[in-house]
Amino acid sequence: MAENPSELHPPGPIISRREALQATAAAAALAALPSASVAATNAAAANTVTLTMTVNGRAHTLTIDPRQSVLDVLRETLNLTGTKKGCNQGACGACTVLVNGKRIVSCLTLASMHDGARIETIEGLEKDGALHPLQEAFVEHDGLQCGFCTPGQIMSGLGCIAEGHAGSPEEIQFWMSGNICRCGAYPGIVAAVADAAGRT
Amino acid sequence: MFPFTLEKPRSTEDAIAAAASGARFIAGGTTLIDLMREQVECPDRLIDINSLPFGGIRVEGEDLVIGALARMAEVAADPNVQRLQPLIAESLIEGASPQLRNMASMGGNLLQRVRCPYFRMLDAGCNKRTPGSGCAAIDGLNSGHAILGTSDHCVATHPSDVAVALVALDATMRVKGPQGERSFPVEELFRLPGDTPHLEHTLLPGELIVEIRVPGGPHSRRARYLKVRDRASYEFALVSAAAALSIEDGVIREVRLAVGGVGTRPWRLRDCEAALVGTRPERRAFEEAAQLARQGARPLRHNQFKVELLPRTVVRALALAGEVA
Repeated sequence: MAENPSELHPPGPIISRREALQATAAAAALAALPSASVAATNAAAANTVTLTMTVNGRAHTLTIDPRQSVLDVLRETLNLTGTKKGCNQGACGACTVLVNGKRIVSCLTLASMHDGARIETIEGLEKDGALHPLQEAFVEHDGLQCGFCTPGQIMSGLGCIAEGHAGSPEEIQFWMSGNICRCGAYPGIVAAVADAAGRT
Repeated sequence: MFPFTLEKPRSTEDAIAAAASGARFIAGGTTLIDLMREQVECPDRLIDINSLPFGGIRVEGEDLVIGALARMAEVAADPNVQRLQPLIAESLIEGASPQLRNMASMGGNLLQRVRCPYFRMLDAGCNKRTPGSGCAAIDGLNSGHAILGTSDHCVATHPSDVAVALVALDATMRVKGPQGERSFPVEELFRLPGDTPHLEHTLLPGELIVEIRVPGGPHSRRARYLKVRDRASYEFALVSAAAALSIEDGVIREVRLAVGGVGTRPWRLRDCEAALVGTRPERRAFEEAAQLARQGARPLRHNQFKVELLPRTVVRALALAGEVA
């Protein structure tokens, strides 16, 4: 039975699933706060810091809460949601980005400690519509199933290759161990990193 | 996470003065941010010490001097560290993940807090987190916990790998504080839990670790770090051992041995060392000496395997060190 697409997607302003979730959560949070808490929240919001960051070659001047991690700023302030929040405690590697050329877990570092930093995320790898060779290698070697860990795997893989730790499958396994893949796509991930290391 | 202010100090003196009045130093932040998010730690002032001049690695005579703000990855990859003290490089690479090693400072590594799961569970008793609340680990899940240096109040292991190597190598540390500078052995940084497990180190209020000094010697090259754990990398030690040997004319002249994963602090094995001096570096001598490693062990319900794994790990670490040409 064919369904009428206009019933599923009634005309109106188009918002993404993510925006809808954010709007709903914000409304719920406001509704739940007694007035004293609102005052406390406002006081906390007054404690902000302003900094500059270059993300994927683009400079940003940002005013943020000092509690925001680099990950929070990427996802929530800059809307760069390619970098994933997995465990948010530095254990899974899904949030890996390059800061000043080095791979780090962006969940465990305060953005307010990175004034002037140069950050590369998964969104910055594509050049002129072409995937980065490591992205291509992940596609070719099936280095993913669900894909949630993939941005972190690829950013970590870039670090692994740049550090010179992609010389053998065993070496790649050891030096990629900070990135967990719960689907178990490890053989493909190792093959992709090895392949891309060989191309560069 | 509770609100806090983040301050960038203009000088070391400013940073120390702020810390002496209750602020917390932050460098890599890999322990502190995590614990603040879990509300295990709730500092209202952080001092970002990364701009202070305590980075870098240098050689002074036979000594290797490592800045407290040098990152784990930077130290592990340093040619002087690899040449003069390969044990330090090896122990660093065996710890954490590549990403965390790019972030974590050497000073912060030594001061990292325990990985006992109950320390992070706000609804479980933990004398380290909340003095007097009890120790949920003693009757809980304790396969990862300590068998040496424990008390009835705390059984958590010290989690650092490089601290084990530094204690084995008789490293010292220099600290600056409100009363000036002092130096002391890294081993003396760590307290036993006793009945005050919330007091973990011997730094005075406001004191900042500025550098770590590792004396070189004939044992420095023939040294290995062996880490036994549940997976091949990115996991804390069940048992680890740092072993360094000086061998002359086929006889052991000097031994340095310390173990991790079993003690409430990095655990030096001086009785084992004494038993090995003057013997030939052979498996039988290693096995006899290693039996002394478990003196005083107090296993819990789930970590009894460590009583046997400990001497075996020591034997293998000694054998590996002995094989270094």
